[in-house]
Amino acid sequence: MSRIAARFAVLRAENRGALIPFLEAGDPDLATAEAILRGMPDAGADLIEIGVPFTDPMADGPIIQAASKRGLAAGATLGRTLEMVARFRAVDADTPVVLMGYLNPIDSYGPARFCADAAAAGVDGLIVVDLPSEEADLLEADAHAHGLDIIRLVAPTTADARLPLVLNGSSGFIYYVSITGVTGTRSASDADLAAALPRLRAVTDLPVAIGFGIRSPAQAASAVRIADGAVVASSLIETLARSLDAQGHAGPDTVRLVLDQVRMLADGVRDARTREIVA
Amino acid sequence: MNPQSQTILPASAPDADPSVPVSARLAARAEVDRADALRPNTLRTGPDERGRFGIFGGRFVAETLMPLILELDQAYEAAKADPGFRQELDFYLKDYVGRPSPLWHARRLSAELGGAQVYLKREELNHTGSHKLNNVMGQILLARRMGRTRIIAETGAGQHGVATATVCALFGLQCVIYMGATDVERQKPNVFRMRLLGAEVHAVSTGAGTLKDSMNEAMRDWVANVHDTYYLIGTVAGPHPYPAMVRDFQCVIGDEARVQMQEAEGRLPDVVVAAVGGGSNAMGIFHPFLDDPAVELIGVEAAGRGLDSGEQAASISRGRPGVLHGNRTYLLQDDHGQITEAHSISAGLDYPGIGPEHAWLHDIGRAQYVGITDDEALAAFQLCTRTEGIIPALECAHALAHVAKIAPAMRPDQIILMNLSGRGDKDIFTVAERLGVSL
Repeated sequence: MSRIAARFAVLRAENRGALIPFLEAGDPDLATAEAILRGMPDAGADLIEIGVPFTDPMADGPIIQAASKRGLAAGATLGRTLEMVARFRAVDADTPVVLMGYLNPIDSYGPARFCADAAAAGVDGLIVVDLPSEEADLLEADAHAHGLDIIRLVAPTTADARLPLVLNGSSGFIYYVSITGVTGTRSASDADLAAALPRLRAVTDLPVAIGFGIRSPAQAASAVRIADGAVVASSLIETLARSLDAQGHAGPDTVRLVLDQVRMLADGVRDARTREIVA
Repeated sequence: MNPQSQTILPASAPDADPSVPVSARLAARAEVDRADALRPNTLRTGPDERGRFGIFGGRFVAETLMPLILELDQAYEAAKADPGFRQELDFYLKDYVGRPSPLWHARRLSAELGGAQVYLKREELNHTGSHKLNNVMGQILLARRMGRTRIIAETGAGQHGVATATVCALFGLQCVIYMGATDVERQKPNVFRMRLLGAEVHAVSTGAGTLKDSMNEAMRDWVANVHDTYYLIGTVAGPHPYPAMVRDFQCVIGDEARVQMQEAEGRLPDVVVAAVGGGSNAMGIFHPFLDDPAVELIGVEAAGRGLDSGEQAASISRGRPGVLHGNRTYLLQDDHGQITEAHSISAGLDYPGIGPEHAWLHDIGRAQYVGITDDEALAAFQLCTRTEGIIPALECAHALAHVAKIAPAMRPDQIILMNLSGRGDKDIFTVAERLGVSL
């Protein structure tokens, strides 16, 4: 069983949803990003999503664009991101790590070599934003040969008729993009999310994580009441960005502030399904 | 496919008889083109069903946009098959855009260069001053058929933005233009024009604030406004079907030029030259000549401060294949697959990629791509202005500079056809500054 499947099986047995916090590799510098990654499991991360910086993050809003820019300025590359995951894997054998990014750095690295190196480093899954099902053959065979899950995005614009195509070849979990829009800009209503999930449940047994627009512990809790996981990205990056000094360097509390927020989100998610919903 | 195996149009081609009106000859030409498309040995049938030209092109977009791209593809195929759509487009091209555009024998320029005869396809005489309106007119009619009420577009030099704002004014549609902050600064007259036309112009300050960044921002807008918004891409790039669709709408340039060339000289040109940023004006004039192997096709990229200066926009000469903005093509990028900034004196060529069909034409050797520096373009800008009384856009000044390089070595009975794709009024501030003149 893959690390992702194993983790969702444990969560299901405990009747709770997954908190999936996000960090951008190299943001604000290589060492600080790695310290945040190392601290996330203890702070309550069930899975971890690592953004790979790209010069042209077309699906991202201003907050993650800025994170990507800081990561690049700090020297983050796909290769260095894999090295960071390998060091993390040496001290944490269980927490699944998913890389999220854009195709061109992978294409440039070479898809086959990348999948081999990513698997060796201990990466568990890949989310490639600009690689829709129609183009997935570029990566799919290599990813599966190395035991990497391909995690597909499903959007509100994805019609029911299209779902089987989108889900074919995907594994690990489904990433439901809860809004039509870029990251960190707006949030879906509970009603919209409640309507979206049955569409997915009808066609897949894979766990579903909701992302885009989940900012607060309460929103994360709502998400895991109907889905299997909640991805929180932009609001963590905002906390990080606020802690930086005028030159954009990490402040003394940067790591602690981000991990404190992960802890609060984890508290919100942990007993979300058993706690009474207070109106 | 081997470009050497193409058929040459016979002397009795239906578009060769000058006694037949231009419109009838264009229709006859279209018949020949349709017949060509059915033959296996034509280069004009691309892309394939996945939107690919060889390994280039494709549909590399986020899932949120994928259904929209597929819907657009279907809507465009349906429009193409509908004679009513073609009729409507022809009406606007003639009476609003002002087509056909003339073919001008640049005699003084040819004499000064002392070699080949230079013919200029006068796309700068179109309404709004460039070839951009050909494509915009086609796409706006499509957007209307699709029931879209809000139009967004990216722009570099501002020519595509002005063209888009123009048709939005014509049809009463909301218009939002994304333009890099650097370009807003160096193309002020076009920014003012767009605002007069009722468009909202957003200055994009991410990256270097040029065309690439405005395209990123337009895609972000589209993904957030899928329900009512049509993304009107201005060049032969982006996810399928844009490269093919924009090419189809721009082919009117080459279709007309073929007929006009026959009329003027009784034969096809020896060389066709056009400037290439994304490559829409070049594709529009190249494509109708793809199956004429005797016609040499040359695309001119911006070499900025020199091809090896590190400050250029020559994706084919100095880039390598990768994926950006929805398609696989030649890109300026570093060893890690990060896109590098392009540089050109011309805002319209300041882009680190090129349309995927150009990438393919380069790879199969059907078209050749060369570089022209800022300084060479500036000299050609003045040469054309002085000898022909035509102030060219800095974009096509690059093509002119290459013409000036090759014409002297050619015989006086040889012909160069160049696409004069835009007028240079918008560039006079940039040129004045470079020449040390304060306006």
